[in-house]
Amino acid sequence: MRPDQPKYKTSDEVDFVIVGSGAAGGILAKELSTNGFRVVVLEQGPYLTEADFTHNEVKVLGEDLLTNHPKLQPNTFRKTPDEKAKPQRALVYGRLVGGTSVHFTANFWRFHEIDFVERSKIGPIAGTNFADWPITYADLEPYYTKVEWEIGVSGLAGASPFDPPRSKPYPMPPLPVKSSGVIFERAARQLGWHPFPAPMAILSQPRPGRSACVNCGFCLAFGCEVGAKSSSLVAAIRVAEKTGRCEIRPNSYVHRIELDAKGRATGAVYFDENRNVHLQKAKTVIVSANGAETPRLLLLSANKQFPNGLANSSGLVGKNLMFNSSGISLGVFEHPLNDYKGFAVSRILHDFYELDPQKVGFYGGGGLDARFDATPIGFAMGSLPPGTPLWGKGFKDTLAHNFTRTMEVFSHATSLPLETNSFSLDPDLKDAWGLPALRLTYKDHPDDLKVARWLNDRGLELLDAAGAQKKWSFPIEEQQFGVHLLGTCRMGNDPKTSVINRDHCTHDVKNLFLCDGSSLVTSGRGQPTMTIEALAFRAADRITEAAKRGDLA
Amino acid sequence: MTNDLSRRNFLLQGCTSISAIWVSTHWPALLSAAKHARESSQSAAAKLEFFTPEQAVEIDAITSRIIPTDETPGAHEAGVVYFIDRALITFAVDDQKTYREGLPELQSRTREIFPAVEKFSAATSEQQDEILHSFDEDQPPSRRPYRPRAAAKTFFETLRMHTIIAFLLDPDSGGDPKGLGWKVIGREREHMFQPPFGYYDKDYPGWQPPSGQADKTKS
Repeated sequence: MRPDQPKYKTSDEVDFVIVGSGAAGGILAKELSTNGFRVVVLEQGPYLTEADFTHNEVKVLGEDLLTNHPKLQPNTFRKTPDEKAKPQRALVYGRLVGGTSVHFTANFWRFHEIDFVERSKIGPIAGTNFADWPITYADLEPYYTKVEWEIGVSGLAGASPFDPPRSKPYPMPPLPVKSSGVIFERAARQLGWHPFPAPMAILSQPRPGRSACVNCGFCLAFGCEVGAKSSSLVAAIRVAEKTGRCEIRPNSYVHRIELDAKGRATGAVYFDENRNVHLQKAKTVIVSANGAETPRLLLLSANKQFPNGLANSSGLVGKNLMFNSSGISLGVFEHPLNDYKGFAVSRILHDFYELDPQKVGFYGGGGLDARFDATPIGFAMGSLPPGTPLWGKGFKDTLAHNFTRTMEVFSHATSLPLETNSFSLDPDLKDAWGLPALRLTYKDHPDDLKVARWLNDRGLELLDAAGAQKKWSFPIEEQQFGVHLLGTCRMGNDPKTSVINRDHCTHDVKNLFLCDGSSLVTSGRGQPTMTIEALAFRAADRITEAAKRGDLA
Repeated sequence: MTNDLSRRNFLLQGCTSISAIWVSTHWPALLSAAKHARESSQSAAAKLEFFTPEQAVEIDAITSRIIPTDETPGAHEAGVVYFIDRALITFAVDDQKTYREGLPELQSRTREIFPAVEKFSAATSEQQDEILHSFDEDQPPSRRPYRPRAAAKTFFETLRMHTIIAFLLDPDSGGDPKGLGWKVIGREREHMFQPPFGYYDKDYPGWQPPSGQADKTKS
């Protein structure tokens, strides 16, 4: 199934070494190798394929088959910088070839025009680093289209009156509607809102080597066994491999970027699976290790010239972390929805994407989606209404009745960038390789909690209008744990207030590029992967041009 | 003790207390999710590897109160005790101590509450429930976020989680090969479905733009 790859020697100075093979790294590998460059991708996780994926919840959720393992890579957490951080799992990300795109929900909303210029529109917000992006929606639009067509996104153009302009329709129709989607659509219209078919990075029609979705029901948190989920693994890495110029090197844990005396990056230092250390030489280094591991790698690469971390003259590496705020409301209906069949989401709405702070009293906005994403064990452990007995006949009866009759309204919302919210190196805790562990410092801005609660109330309102027999919500509390890892090496024009420029080059090292969730300036409304991938396509164009001009030599 | 609002934490953090080495039958290579082969290895499950036969009778009795048998099958029919027995020498090896210490404690609690009853399995169903309630009242209050931690889990909490896992793990990837748990909750055993999926989408007429909203999809 895997085409032959080149095997580059570590001493062979390739054109690009890319750290990470996820949403951004996979696309950069595809684009740069297609453009004729010699590329090595260093991925800390294993190379798993469809044959390795399973519906075993113990393996996938309990043992982190696809994700970072808390025993090998422990974390610490604290709310504010004056506290001592305590060991606590702080994040989950995909740790395998394809990264988090292997197990994500695949909600693929574009950011709207407002997301890039919101600071100019509503003004500063005290105590935050709220800022405009150095690029606009128009700069990114062609690349959103590229994601939809090249990676594979199903959806219906023009179905939402709030959609930003687009140059092309979707390449394939939306996925079939689920019962949760029909309930959501009818109730939302009754309330005067504008539901529409969810754009999803899941195939509704087959593509070469990939099946259309078979609605197996093990989607969020699981790897797709038929290649229908448009992960970097199936949609980008395999294209890169076919060029014959790209080597994917799994089980390669990069922990240092080397610089020469002139301050240029010379390559990436990594542990192989036997914990032997190598330096892969490269003309240019691109880090796409995610919004936690990218800043960690820069901090681990501190040297004489950059005592506070590589490319960290701004002091902002690891800071301005945004998780997106969210809320979940659940409803139980009279008849079976059987929403366990299929992917998670079939209908969404964007009526509340941009709330007026003057009217609601806080900054923010977001979207709602109709979903069911629980697999049987997870459902039994955590999706029954409050007050249900934990065991015995009452437990069994409620479980048996509710499993087929439950749906969720998930609200996704903004997070404000705060300098104190960050990933940094823990001074004490080490990972299994002896490297400093990630320390999370996080406390939601009050507006993040307000917008999440406001949107969640709309979710409850919708479930009421839909005639749910029972409805309830998970409490919305300050987050201590993240899966959207955004903003930690933000882009900007001013080297004092950003880490990378508009073309993803670090302000401090001219042949070092960063591209992943860390690049984002604002959080969007809760669905970052589409934008991360559009940024990666755009970065690949900009990097290719720079390389051809000789700027990277 | 009632359900807490925990599912997001469960999904996001994973059920970390059941981590360790899982050595189930190797999963066959798949071309399609529709071809999930039935795992047959569990027909040999009647052999105990961790519990003594006497302990297994007690575990079976406890798990049968957690998911009781009524008009539909419960933990007993699903062979939960055999799954847990195998779990304790595979993925749940870290929980052996919890069982070794927890079961005798439960038996002394049984005799404490009902001096005439020699062991849990000899108690009536009502007595058994009363004994188990005496454990779940020790647990922290409900509505706390669910944060599974191996070390902090009580015997009863561990056993409850293992019972649910045994009852509901995909029957074709290591769960009860009879698939009784999935039958009880109404989860069809297939891994490939076609719409309509449920009651509310079966008569859906197809996407229609709302009245008053211009149809921009043609542009």
